[in-house]
Amino acid sequence: MSGNSTYVPKNGLSRWFDQRLPIMRLAHDTMSTFPTPRNLNVWYTFGGILTFCLAVQIVTGIVLAMHYTPTAAGAFDSVENIRRDVNYGWLLNFVHANGASMFFLAVYIHMFRGLYYGSSKAPREVLWILGVIIYVVMVATAFLGYVLPWGQMSFWAATVITNLFTSLDQIIPHLGGSHAPGLGTTITQWLWGDFAVGDPTLNRFFSLHYLLPFVIAGLVGLHIWALHVPGNNNPLGIDVRGPQDTVPFHPYYTVKDGFYLCLFVILFAVLVFFAPEFTGNPDNFTPANPLVTPPHIVPEWYLLPFYAMLRSIPQKLIGVLVLFGAIVTLVFVPWLDTSRVRSMRFRPMMKQFFWLFVIDCLILGYLGSQEPQKVFHLGGVDISALWPARLGTLYYFAFFWAIMPIVGLIETPKPLPDSIATSVLGQSQPQAAE
Amino acid sequence: MATTNAAEPTRRDFIYIATGTVAAIGVGLAAWPFIDQMNPSSAVLALSSAEVDISSVQEGQQIVAMWRRKPIFIRRRTKKEIAEAEAVSVSDLPDPLARNLNLAEDAPATDKNRIEKPEWLIVIGICTHLGCIPLNNQGEFGGYLCPCHGSQYDTAGRIRKGPAPENLAVPPYAFLSPTKIKIG
Amino acid sequence: MRIALPLILIAALAGPALADDAANTTDALPPKDVQFTFQGPFGLYDRAGLQRGYQVYKEVCSACHSLNRVAFHTLGDDGGPGFSAAQVKALAAQAKIPADPNDRGELYNSSGERLTRPGIPADHLPAPFANEQAARASNNGALPPDLSVIVKAREGGAAYVYSILTGFGQKPPSSFKVLANKYYNPYFQGRNISMPPPLTEGAVTYSDGTTASVDQEARDVVTFLTWASDTKMEERKRMGFEVIAFLIVLAGLLYLSYRRVWRDMH
Repeated sequence: MSGNSTYVPKNGLSRWFDQRLPIMRLAHDTMSTFPTPRNLNVWYTFGGILTFCLAVQIVTGIVLAMHYTPTAAGAFDSVENIRRDVNYGWLLNFVHANGASMFFLAVYIHMFRGLYYGSSKAPREVLWILGVIIYVVMVATAFLGYVLPWGQMSFWAATVITNLFTSLDQIIPHLGGSHAPGLGTTITQWLWGDFAVGDPTLNRFFSLHYLLPFVIAGLVGLHIWALHVPGNNNPLGIDVRGPQDTVPFHPYYTVKDGFYLCLFVILFAVLVFFAPEFTGNPDNFTPANPLVTPPHIVPEWYLLPFYAMLRSIPQKLIGVLVLFGAIVTLVFVPWLDTSRVRSMRFRPMMKQFFWLFVIDCLILGYLGSQEPQKVFHLGGVDISALWPARLGTLYYFAFFWAIMPIVGLIETPKPLPDSIATSVLGQSQPQAAE
Repeated sequence: MATTNAAEPTRRDFIYIATGTVAAIGVGLAAWPFIDQMNPSSAVLALSSAEVDISSVQEGQQIVAMWRRKPIFIRRRTKKEIAEAEAVSVSDLPDPLARNLNLAEDAPATDKNRIEKPEWLIVIGICTHLGCIPLNNQGEFGGYLCPCHGSQYDTAGRIRKGPAPENLAVPPYAFLSPTKIKIG
Repeated sequence: MRIALPLILIAALAGPALADDAANTTDALPPKDVQFTFQGPFGLYDRAGLQRGYQVYKEVCSACHSLNRVAFHTLGDDGGPGFSAAQVKALAAQAKIPADPNDRGELYNSSGERLTRPGIPADHLPAPFANEQAARASNNGALPPDLSVIVKAREGGAAYVYSILTGFGQKPPSSFKVLANKYYNPYFQGRNISMPPPLTEGAVTYSDGTTASVDQEARDVVTFLTWASDTKMEERKRMGFEVIAFLIVLAGLLYLSYRRVWRDMH
């Protein structure tokens, strides 16, 4: 809710500067006095946490880049040099690697929160779409970054994922002449800069990995701008009616975000200092070998659900379309959800489908980590892991394209409270509403 | 700002000040690794000193060793060269200071202050003018001639003529044995 | 909550299904359950074990396996074997490092051998073979991997490496075919391993008088190799306690601030 600025420069210098570049005014209006619903709970702290994660990744990334060598011959050894010889190099390396995992943990919680409380619905559609774009760029950045250590997983994950584009050969088998490569192979070789993943690929992946986080930062700026036009949603999903429903962002949410950020950082520290390789894959400690494929290629945990979806479809082109479709689907959520009620707190039927969706994502993630030929033995019956993966993929798409529109129309929501203030102040305990 | 009751202002402020201080300390401590990572790594520091075997150097000959990416001239002086260097009066020198990193900064540039053993002249082979590498056994003074702008050094590596402002620096070194020196 | 029941159902159904078929005799056994001093959040390296392990590596393993990311000077670092500066210099000097071209530009002597120079602490441990092809030629086509990060590069880590080293000597089942130039080791995937049993009783004579059983040698070299894979472990754990303690204090202060700020709301 953009109101009138109440910023008053405190001295002559501030006044002079404010007339030329009102950056303190902007900070004051967006981060200090900004009216924020008074009932935001812990799940709303992840936006601030994500900003912290982005800053950590950029700062650790920049200093790591001072020591990294982006060539096939030097990359693996330069990472070992960072871990062994560079002062605190091991710490910077572990923070950056585990920071990526923490970044995705936070972003998934942030996205699920948005789905649950209806934060994607009007008038926040563009906010939501910007979020999806940020997520896609995050995935690209993470994929590029994982290639840089040039271990076996780095190399082969790069090979498998860039090879996905060869599925486009089915659309145009030959680009000029019957012996010319198809559309897909042409694009893939353009990505590689070579006939397979190699030095040119690594160099350009490094350049792009350095660039994209700044693109994310710009998108985050737009994301926060789009948020500040209508203001934050809240767990009740009902609009703010007046100042009695809000509190200024500072000090109420600066201190709340600060506290939960500190807890998040404690979890981060446990990983970095006591389990730094927990999310990693041992195969990435074997230097990349183009002649030996590891028996089991797995991406990092945050990409496993999509990996499971991709592998569940035997036909390559359709598998690729399903993979991209799963992400593109998210763009349409503001319109797929037909309910007039935002928050699933008041949508008992949808809430259950939502939790099933969460479990579905977890199961798909587990399936993505297993070997492709895995077989489950259920009481004498052998079921290939492909079948639960297909079922999971089906539910994923059904959740967005069938369940969301239909349930929104047929369910009877619970009655909404009159206002945020009455809902909050109605409680007798002097504690923050969670 | 928040319109709360004005109860216990000192106790409330203390909590905020304590929190802010601890957070600021945390940020400061966290900043150190980012600064220190730019310092030379342990791989670089392992090369911070170099041991050189000088047993193969003949009288009148010079070898060049590398130390911290700088050339080090290790020259075995002839008796004539030693005598020439000792005969020079410090007041005749453009730079009267010894520039010997093993000695105090104000030590005068006598030949004795430029060497540990008279037979061995060990200097950093970088011209003190603009950083070129002087040529051995050239110039009027029997020492070095810098080809870039013509600075001339004598048999103790001291500047005698030309634009260089200082004598060639003597690096920190010690004899581990008559045939081995450790530089740095 | 309503989600608990479906989760329990899924776990109950999935549980037995996830148990792999153990009847396949070429699958590797899980690593032995072995305890090392460096395990757990408080674990540290056994200093004497690291030094003995270095001796085992040097006298036994280095004939075939390089350790080329470890530099001699790190053998004297904190959190490692803790050799003195003089010992480090002596260990380095024993090593033959491929020399730079001599004054005639030569790299090899008249017999075709590579010219070498004594090592200095800054050098990395030299490799036994000049390149991959030479290594394979000397080992029946198999490539002995570099051991610098072997403990991190294998699922099961230190326990896995220990199991491999102590897993030789078992009689394979009669149905199992041991391939030519390979040895039976049930802890290795496929159970046909190219490495001959490297450790024997008394293969090394420990300078501290410890009995050199196969188990002891394996423990010591695994301890050393774990250090080689993770030289900063002790510093990392120590810093971890300091950082987390600090963060807990900060979290406490932030919580009190949070309660103060929000006290009069609601």
